[in-house]
Amino acid sequence: MLQIEKLGHYYADHTALEDVNLEVAEGELVSIVGPSGCGKSTLLRCIAGLIRPSQGRITLNGREITDVPDNLAVVFQDYSRSLLPWLTVRDNVALPLRRRGRSKSERQAAALGALQAVGLADAAHKYPWQLSGGMQQRVSIARALAYQPALLLMDEPFGSVDAQTREDLEDLVLRVRKDGMTILLVTHDIDESVYVGDRVIVLDRAPGRVAADLAVGLPSARDQISTRELPEFVHMRAEVGRLVRGQAPPGAVL
Amino acid sequence: MSAAVAGRRPGRYGVGLLTGILHRWIVLAVAVACWEVGTRIARSPSFPPPSTIVSKMYHLWFAGPASHLFLTSEATGNLLPSLGRMAVGLAASIVAGVGLGLLLGRSERMFAYLDPLFQFARVIPPPTLAPVFIVLFKLGSQMQIASIIFSAIWPILLNTADGARSVDQLQMATARVFRLSSTDRLFKIILPSTMPKIFAGLRLSLSLALILMVFSELLPGATDGIGFLMSDAQSRSDLPTLWAGIVLLGILGYLLNTLLLMAERRALAGHRAARRVDTT
Repeated sequence: MLQIEKLGHYYADHTALEDVNLEVAEGELVSIVGPSGCGKSTLLRCIAGLIRPSQGRITLNGREITDVPDNLAVVFQDYSRSLLPWLTVRDNVALPLRRRGRSKSERQAAALGALQAVGLADAAHKYPWQLSGGMQQRVSIARALAYQPALLLMDEPFGSVDAQTREDLEDLVLRVRKDGMTILLVTHDIDESVYVGDRVIVLDRAPGRVAADLAVGLPSARDQISTRELPEFVHMRAEVGRLVRGQAPPGAVL
Repeated sequence: MSAAVAGRRPGRYGVGLLTGILHRWIVLAVAVACWEVGTRIARSPSFPPPSTIVSKMYHLWFAGPASHLFLTSEATGNLLPSLGRMAVGLAASIVAGVGLGLLLGRSERMFAYLDPLFQFARVIPPPTLAPVFIVLFKLGSQMQIASIIFSAIWPILLNTADGARSVDQLQMATARVFRLSSTDRLFKIILPSTMPKIFAGLRLSLSLALILMVFSELLPGATDGIGFLMSDAQSRSDLPTLWAGIVLLGILGYLLNTLLLMAERRALAGHRAARRVDTT
């Protein structure tokens, strides 16, 4: 459903992406991992239509992306700035649905349904800043779910929450993706990329390009303890780790 | 023991509140008392004691019939027109200032074209433009309202533009991703996030509007208003009435500012709570 051909993007002083080729099939969950500064976020913003790539083509369901596509949602890392503090949790989730021509009660019902799916039905009438960081990120996941996009992009979505919350949110993503939604998840966490993904794409350090495209051979039912002790998991994370680390200059902190 | 402590809490809170109010007003009370004593000793006709001023205020404006909310015809004939012109001028400043400010803040090109012009217009002291307004507008209310608008609009306009320019990038990116309509972007994101700046501008505009309200009533063509009353009293050497006007303006300014602060507190409750959480 998503094709990226010869994508390149240059900023004034450096090349962020060069000759990126990638194809994603409907219903796949693809992790994109790479050292910091490898252009992961630039790639994601190009797909979202937020920046125009200097070179190459991105097509979504056969249509070239020139502006923000209609059926796409993004979960940003910085939930506290992405949610609107003056709207309640429910109104935050319902806001993007206004354009879809549904009545107010339908929008509110859809918002409540999405909040239920992320386990936050009780917080509907609270304001985002009354919730913990993990809960706020759940709200922005609920907002994306309620929008029912064909493609969901996640930009380091769990980068600013604690380890326990991070695991909960990873499981949440695995749980909610079952409705055939295609998900692209950008992360710098090697374990996470393997645990959540059907496929792991490793990007080179700048200029970013696809260094490896690995299928994850883990059963689709995963859990934080037993999946992580499977030999396939251990092997896979070592392989991804070597690839990511191999690209980094010696002594670099990841 | 602990029960006794817990039981004392509400009482202590009440006392705390009382001393808070006391502290806030005690300086004013002492100042007024000194004023009273000083003027009584000096016995100068130019400086009537506050008790005389207050009784003058009462007889001038608040000794009317109950059916008119105790306002005298002097009060309804002068205070209400003044307040009315100020309200109209301030309302027009808010509407035009917020509207233009949003346009200016959200359009780089408009900002580049118009900002120098507005910065220039802003620093012209409004009273110096009075002769221009006298020529441009009909004498009386029209000219008076125009002077209020011309001074009160700038803080609101420039603050709104500043606030609209600095809307969070990620909030705007979110709006683009979810393809919010331009109306939703304006009313759900840009306007709410500009609100603190708008109120900051409004506080300045309010005091400017009050100043220009009085000033414009001192100009030729004024037939009523607090300023008119005061210049009339001055020409008749009626010092107590002049002082009554001064005190009234002080009270008015204080009341209006308090009202504005209350409105601001209500409107920005979410903003302030969010910021408090962010900084912890």
